[in-house]
Amino acid sequence: MIATENKEKDMEIRPLKLSGLEPLVITPDSNFVNVGERTNVAGSKRFLRLIKEEKFEEALEVARDQVDGGAQIIDINMDDGLIDGKEAMVKFLNLIVAEPDIARVPIMIDSSKWDIIEAGLQVVQGKCVVNSISLKEGEAEFIEHAKKIKRYGAAVIVMAFDEVGQADNYERRIEIAKRSYDILVNQVKFPPEDIIFDLNIFPVGTGMDEHKKNAIDFIEGTRWVKENLPHCSVSGGVSNVSFSFRGNNPVREAMHSVFLYYAIKAGMNIGIVNPALLEVYDNIPKDLLEHVEDVILDRREDATERLLEFAETVVGSKKESKVDLSWRENPLQDRITHALVKGIDTYILEDIEQARQEASKPIEVIEGHLMIGMNVVGDLFGSGKMFLPQVVKSARVMKKAVAYLLPYIEADKSNKRSSAGKVLMATVKGDVHDIGKNIVSVVLGCNNYEIIDLGVMVPPEKIIDTAKAENVDAIGLSGLITPSLDEMVFLAKEMQRQNFDVPLLIGGATTSKAHTAVKIDPQYKNAVAHVNDASRAVTVVGDLLKEETRIKYMSDLKAEYDKFRQSFKKRSKVKSFLSIEEARENRYSIDWENTQITKPNNPGIHQIDHFDLKELEAFIDWSPFFRSWDLHGRYPDILEDKVVGEQATSLFKDAQVLLKRILDEKLLKAKAVYGLFPANTINSDDIEVRYEENSEEKTILFRSLRQQLKKHGGKPNFALADFIAPKETGIQDYIGCFCVTTGFGTAELAKKFEEDLDDYNSIMIKALADRLAEAFAEYLHKKIRREDWGYAPEENLSNEELIKETYKGIRPAPGYPACPDHLEKLSIWEILKVKERIGVKLTESLAMWPAASVSGYYFANPEARYFGLGKIKDDQVKDFAERKGIPLKEAAKWLNPNIAD
Amino acid sequence: MSGLEEQLQKKILVLDGAMGTMLQEYKFSEEDFRGERFKDWPAPLQGNNDLLSITQPKAIATIHRKYFEAGADIVETNTFSATTIAMADYEMEELVDELNYESARLAKEVAVELTKKNPEKPRFVAGAMGPTNKTASMSPDVNDPGFRAISFEELRLAYRQQAKALIKGGVDILLLETVFDTLNAKAALFAIDELKEELALDIPVMVSGTITDASGRTLSGQTAEAFLISVSHIPLVSIGFNCALGAKQLTPHLEVLNRFASSGVSAYPNAGLPNAFGEYDQDAEEMAAEIKEYLEKGLVNILGGCCGTTPKHIKAIADITKDYKPRKIVTPKFSTVL
Repeated sequence: MIATENKEKDMEIRPLKLSGLEPLVITPDSNFVNVGERTNVAGSKRFLRLIKEEKFEEALEVARDQVDGGAQIIDINMDDGLIDGKEAMVKFLNLIVAEPDIARVPIMIDSSKWDIIEAGLQVVQGKCVVNSISLKEGEAEFIEHAKKIKRYGAAVIVMAFDEVGQADNYERRIEIAKRSYDILVNQVKFPPEDIIFDLNIFPVGTGMDEHKKNAIDFIEGTRWVKENLPHCSVSGGVSNVSFSFRGNNPVREAMHSVFLYYAIKAGMNIGIVNPALLEVYDNIPKDLLEHVEDVILDRREDATERLLEFAETVVGSKKESKVDLSWRENPLQDRITHALVKGIDTYILEDIEQARQEASKPIEVIEGHLMIGMNVVGDLFGSGKMFLPQVVKSARVMKKAVAYLLPYIEADKSNKRSSAGKVLMATVKGDVHDIGKNIVSVVLGCNNYEIIDLGVMVPPEKIIDTAKAENVDAIGLSGLITPSLDEMVFLAKEMQRQNFDVPLLIGGATTSKAHTAVKIDPQYKNAVAHVNDASRAVTVVGDLLKEETRIKYMSDLKAEYDKFRQSFKKRSKVKSFLSIEEARENRYSIDWENTQITKPNNPGIHQIDHFDLKELEAFIDWSPFFRSWDLHGRYPDILEDKVVGEQATSLFKDAQVLLKRILDEKLLKAKAVYGLFPANTINSDDIEVRYEENSEEKTILFRSLRQQLKKHGGKPNFALADFIAPKETGIQDYIGCFCVTTGFGTAELAKKFEEDLDDYNSIMIKALADRLAEAFAEYLHKKIRREDWGYAPEENLSNEELIKETYKGIRPAPGYPACPDHLEKLSIWEILKVKERIGVKLTESLAMWPAASVSGYYFANPEARYFGLGKIKDDQVKDFAERKGIPLKEAAKWLNPNIAD
Repeated sequence: MSGLEEQLQKKILVLDGAMGTMLQEYKFSEEDFRGERFKDWPAPLQGNNDLLSITQPKAIATIHRKYFEAGADIVETNTFSATTIAMADYEMEELVDELNYESARLAKEVAVELTKKNPEKPRFVAGAMGPTNKTASMSPDVNDPGFRAISFEELRLAYRQQAKALIKGGVDILLLETVFDTLNAKAALFAIDELKEELALDIPVMVSGTITDASGRTLSGQTAEAFLISVSHIPLVSIGFNCALGAKQLTPHLEVLNRFASSGVSAYPNAGLPNAFGEYDQDAEEMAAEIKEYLEKGLVNILGGCCGTTPKHIKAIADITKDYKPRKIVTPKFSTVL
């Protein structure tokens, strides 16, 4: 390495060292450290609501998203009048510590109340940052708190605030910083590297003269602190600076970038920055840049007026697609890039035609103009500045352009298009779910990969043969239902046996890092990667295929999975299980003498053939719809979300348009079959159901599975059978089952969209059909509760309450946590004659076809509840096989994901 | 600079081996554990090794002496579980002061006697402070990850009481050992730092963590470097690892400490990994051979043994250590990063 200047040689370097489960060492050479701020009740409405409603699980997801999104420290703040800040802080920190993928980063304990800070410091093992202390209440308190922080082993943010007030000019900033520093270092013996100054970022461009120097004073103050107070850091919340330009994001984004550009140069090394509100400095248009710099650096007397005036011409991206066509004036390449980034297809063909005429070969338009544009899309997406629905729209524009060019390219045989690599994508045998797979295909396609999409229910031989014939560079497998996991394991084995060397990618809702690491990775010597997030697909595939990163990435992956396996094995050892007999002893018991049992008003089997989908609109739960597009958050709050709100709103609008078409033109068909029957539990875990077929009385058994994990605190081991009265009580109980579908018509529509090169709507129609099927199930359940069974005739719940499942009784579905056994679908099909009546079929892996279908049971008892089966032991598998009269091997195959190792 | 720190500059100091392994040979019965004084104690006492400092002081003193004679510079007091938290198992919370005081006094007596015999080789006593049997940053209940069985405050008070009694009994060092949850250690360090201020006493502190398995992390999930950073706010004479692993498995983690620690580095591994019966069967020569790697790489300043080690092991370690220079302790003022 190169030796540094002499001057620096004597200069001791004392890095700021922090820790979560892993270290974070900040040296003068480190890049700017971004602090995640969404876990702050003052900064995030959503987080505040989650904490108020004590939805700590979801609140944890916010923290996880921050860390996954690249935050190197997470700021946690519970200062709100309506919550017990101390209790919330401790509880949330305790939960975070139990999540290794969150707890790996250091924590910033943020509060204006000392008792909350101290409570936080007492529950975190790593070296935290306290945010913040200051001289506001005088030296005595400042010293007392600093001393304690040192004893707790934390770094500290010191606000430029003293007895007089907050520092609001250059002199006050350095005066307070120096005084604080001297007290800390000389009196408290606080390590100077553990001091972080927050020199107060205040808004500029407010129109008030005294605010003009707010930014430059901060920047210059920072420079002074870094030069005169050795080893300390400088931090701040950047979005404040643009406060007066709220509503004009392009200007705000430019202001943040300009401010950071100069502040970082001056020595600011830590900060809270919302990446969604940050323009790349180099991308700021020259004129806007000049105006913004005038304001930030206070370069002109009239800087603010000029920026205000100019800001009106800078139209926010929201309005852009409607009114602002000024981009049409730009050079050709800029127009094409703009169209791709913004997903505007209106002018793409005319631009492409111009490009084709100018190019010497038509292929150059793809490899030049279009790829330049798509690279911009890829970069923005990779850095979190674009979101999935936008990328899919970009792809739509790209596809149109390519389709237009293809005839010309084919006519010109002299050249072949070169791609980044060939990727085979398939949903495995027996599985019909392909939304996620299609999204990944589109995103990869956008990044110049050639996609060979074999569709759904693809047998392994076909995958292997196609991979060989096409000489693909990678294989991607997807699946949603649990049996698909075994298919993937089988394919990995097959690829190993046939000496494949291409990477295997695993994705889909049912897959997990755990399953991939423990079950799939060991089967295949070459790279196996679990990619459950479309935004990661491009980087992962890129790293796996690029010559220079391939080998290292693969060995890193192998090592990571190996490590995961080790800790996974350790983890499963800790859990203890009951034998199935003991678990049955500890069953959930209902007081059958006094519980409510209602005889159904309309027993027997019923069928709905022509149902008006319009009835379902109100029953749609939109949150999962956004999730299928990788936009996380709860509807309707997601529409207002700071980061994804704009995209969510635009996606929602597009969804409404298509939904209206579906409803008006009756593009999808809804059908249902359901039945309500007398039933009793026999032998603890089986539910005996009586029904009539051709006027003949028959019985069938629903086999339920029982939790076996040892419970604490007297909690029972649940099985669905616990919610039906046992035969020996002599009480007649009832059960229901159903299948609904809104899937007929989906495949045809999706195909039509695909033919029109519109992947966006092809994915959209499937996502909507899924939502409608769920809505239909919700609708039918309500009708059952109020009318057909009638055990809750008075019930009147809003859609929101339905989604929250506040109603009485449950409708668990085979294949889901309470009854993960897909085999039970066969019993439902048998009793209701589902296939014969409404045409919904079961594949060999027992997935429903069409995919937008829902089936399940109805339990009416007020004490019935949803639960997760969790892991079960071999004794129950054996018992289950015997009860069901199937070979043990077959039972083990179907229950495999739930069997404890 | 204390006598200990002076010695640390000169050579690699040898710490003693396992107390428990040696006590097993005595095969003490329930009656032996109780002695006359506790014959009517309501709880069973067999297995409360720390109590033997009161009921079988001769045995404890003999073991200390054996380790010193084998070549140890430092012995640990017999106080691994002598906190109100761990003693609750035997309903002996009220004896905590006495247990620590007596154990410290006992060890110090032997140390002083041997130092007198050979002033060239001063002998030290480290007051052993174990991790307790509860964890402050993990839940014992898998279904309730937010639950904690013990608080920082309870730990701080328990450790404070232990440290105070050890100091009163005359220990030269406080040794926080077998740290599996860093938060427990931070509560102890908090208490020690308070005590140092209160007593105006600059007693050296050693911290020794435990890497539980091949994952290379502590039980509470930290990497070696994160662990080091988390306990570096209090001045330490050494940081290191003990228990859980054999000498060989410990090497990569010591290399991390060697690179980043500004204090001394200590290691006292187990006598290999346990066999199928949970016994440690690595003999002295085998262990010394593995430890040679530390010495050749210059990784350590303090060396000793944990579970399964005996005076034989310590003698073998002391013999091999003589020929090597200690790891250079780079004071916080490290020059430049190139």
